[in-house]
Amino acid sequence: MTEKPKIALYWCSSCGGCEESVIDLAEDLLTVAAAVDIVFWPVALDFKYKDVVAMNDGEITATLINGAIRTGEQEHMAKIMRKKSKLLIAHGSCAHLGGVVGLANFYQREDLLSRLYQEVPTTNNPQGILPQHETIESGRKIKLPDIHDTVKALDQVVEVDYYIPGCPPTPELIKEAMMMVLENRLPPRGTVLAGKKALCDTCPRIDSKPDKLRIKKFKRIYETEWDPEKCFLDEGIICLGPATRGGCNARCINANMPCRGCFGPTDNVRDQGAKSSSFLASIIDVTDKEALKKTADSIPDPGGLFYRYGLASSILKGKLTPKSS
Amino acid sequence: MSKRITIDPITRLGGHGKIDIFLDDKSDVERVYFQVPELRGFEKFCEGRAAEEMPTLTQKICGVCPTAHHTASSKALDDLFGVEPPPAARKLRELMYNAFMFENHLLHFYFLGGPDFIVGPMAPRAKRNIFGVIDKVGVEMGKKVIDIRKRIRGVNALVSGSALYPVCGLPGGVSKAITEEDRAEIQNVTKDAVEFAKLTLNIFDDVVLNHKGSAKWLTSDVFCHRTYYMGLVDDHDRVNFYDGDIRVVDPNGKEFVKFEAKDYLKHLEERVEPWSYQKILYLKNIGWKGFIDGQDSGVYRVAPLARLNASEGMATPLAQAEYEMMFHALGGKPVHNTLAYHWARLIEVLYAAERMDELARDGEITSPKIRNLPNQTPKEGVGVCEAPRGTLFHHYESDEKAIVEKLNLLVATQNNAAAICMSIEKAARTAIKGGSISDGRLNVVEMAFRAYDPCLACATHCLPGKMPTMVHVYDRKKNR
Repeated sequence: MTEKPKIALYWCSSCGGCEESVIDLAEDLLTVAAAVDIVFWPVALDFKYKDVVAMNDGEITATLINGAIRTGEQEHMAKIMRKKSKLLIAHGSCAHLGGVVGLANFYQREDLLSRLYQEVPTTNNPQGILPQHETIESGRKIKLPDIHDTVKALDQVVEVDYYIPGCPPTPELIKEAMMMVLENRLPPRGTVLAGKKALCDTCPRIDSKPDKLRIKKFKRIYETEWDPEKCFLDEGIICLGPATRGGCNARCINANMPCRGCFGPTDNVRDQGAKSSSFLASIIDVTDKEALKKTADSIPDPGGLFYRYGLASSILKGKLTPKSS
Repeated sequence: MSKRITIDPITRLGGHGKIDIFLDDKSDVERVYFQVPELRGFEKFCEGRAAEEMPTLTQKICGVCPTAHHTASSKALDDLFGVEPPPAARKLRELMYNAFMFENHLLHFYFLGGPDFIVGPMAPRAKRNIFGVIDKVGVEMGKKVIDIRKRIRGVNALVSGSALYPVCGLPGGVSKAITEEDRAEIQNVTKDAVEFAKLTLNIFDDVVLNHKGSAKWLTSDVFCHRTYYMGLVDDHDRVNFYDGDIRVVDPNGKEFVKFEAKDYLKHLEERVEPWSYQKILYLKNIGWKGFIDGQDSGVYRVAPLARLNASEGMATPLAQAEYEMMFHALGGKPVHNTLAYHWARLIEVLYAAERMDELARDGEITSPKIRNLPNQTPKEGVGVCEAPRGTLFHHYESDEKAIVEKLNLLVATQNNAAAICMSIEKAARTAIKGGSISDGRLNVVEMAFRAYDPCLACATHCLPGKMPTMVHVYDRKKNR
């Protein structure tokens, strides 16, 4: 009898949504589980780190890691999983591109800590205590992992073989990735395992998108109502569909909300934020300088919007503020 | 020989966690530290973002309970912009919310906490999981669990966009109305959800209440703390997940205080420990007296058992009957036995199903009027709801252009942080005597936190992300 392929799932700086998406495989989860040995999956199974460490290098057929890399412990675990696995798959936006947690790169690490532990109005912390890498209490030494200065995507710390995009990825994409591994029909290394076209090209509202979009002012979604059948951009509402990879089943569009870019850029685009801003610039229908500034100003927080899921892996990488001392 | 035991990571929970257990000269437990070793910093990096993006941005704190963050955030935006949702929008939000609570609590019972009872705390670790549960309850029942969960996720996808991350929340309403056909389809699911909730309570009867060993665990002093309890209640002091006032009762069950969400700063305070990234909430007007229980300690608890303790009943008939039965069986209110969280959670599953069903039968829910546009200048807003794991607060301040300037987020698991530390330590003191340690005994230590269904992803939203849990046991010389 041949041994079943071994699969591991691990999480780094993440929210647990990618794990939920695996559970959302529903009955397919039972099918997958019957075809493989799941050797590590902290959210659902009781295997511990030492069990993984005891495994041989390359013993795991494929490991799916979700979450970005923010702590020393996460980087350490990513390296261990890389060593133990033949294939390492970045699972979800945070592992793929840095994700929402990557927005922290707009700020200094110290700013995050001081806001949370010293400034928020509920915190009673007159001595300004911050969590410490090492604490000694009555002779007892207690350690916490280091928090890195910046958030990184998984492939900024280890080599990654494939990417499953999305926040979260759809269960269908996760299943298809698993089947590709099990049936040994993987595409070239480095492939993002989702649609090739932009979301815009497959949008259920594509027929209402005019050949030439013309925008004088972008509207905020809190101050406006829109036609639930029409192209968001034609309504003057920013939608990142043209700059975002498809494959998400247009779930936000179907809920009557615009795309916010969680599937990342398409194959021929290096930087999703740059692509978003250049696309929006191309549809602005004013020419004089003052009017142009007004239109640009009608986009609130362009950095946070265009780089919502991909700041850590973008050309900017974050850190727009100078490093203190 | 090394005395070190590592439970690393702690498992079957949302997020990372770590526990350090120190032993004394007799190799008994001296002190235990429950650590959350990660943080992500949402309070900081959401500064500068557009307010209307908060419901879809802050919910990325937690993929296990995103709907709770989405809802607290949408309600904070209602307050920030001074706009109330029309009745249909409010009902759609509450329907989505109860569908989420139903699914989330069931996930805990069948996938996370329940295996300790259904398969057994001392069962081989390779069996203590959903697959072991399916072996025990049978494939047919297993398929029912998977099926109802999938259909409820379908309801959420229909109402809110995605099964997992809703995107429908806007200040003053929601983005999408539902049709009469949608309503009828939802009602088909909610009807079955009520039946499934009843079935699950029967399973709980069989595997826990009518099982001598498990029933003993339930009332054991090892898992017992006399604390304050907090939860949202409606006008009749009944449990409500979506809205209401926050009610706190003392360890004798007497009302200590009732307050509106906007006054939370007068009642709650947080403590920072240098050995964890998680902050610890306590009752401000009693103050922090350490990791101790009783009337003089500011430690309080939240989430299912706490909500039932802090209320005077359930707003739906079947859940009310179960509520009365539980308190009768466990000696009256309040119940301090931590493992009764599992029972209370299933009573809430039934309530969520009944409430969903009521809402799905309400003709008003299909009204196309689902938004009121704001006409006030935004300034400050607080939103609250009962997350599966306890009371959740979102508090935003913005400039007049609705760009967020400051945020404060009190997440569900933080409310229980002190109690979780205490529960783990107490369980460890009993389970580990004279240095005797086994996989099963360490699992009993983990059961102490699992009862709370903690979400360490939420608890460490504060900085980079998660709470790995690890248990280390050290000897007197601090050797591991």
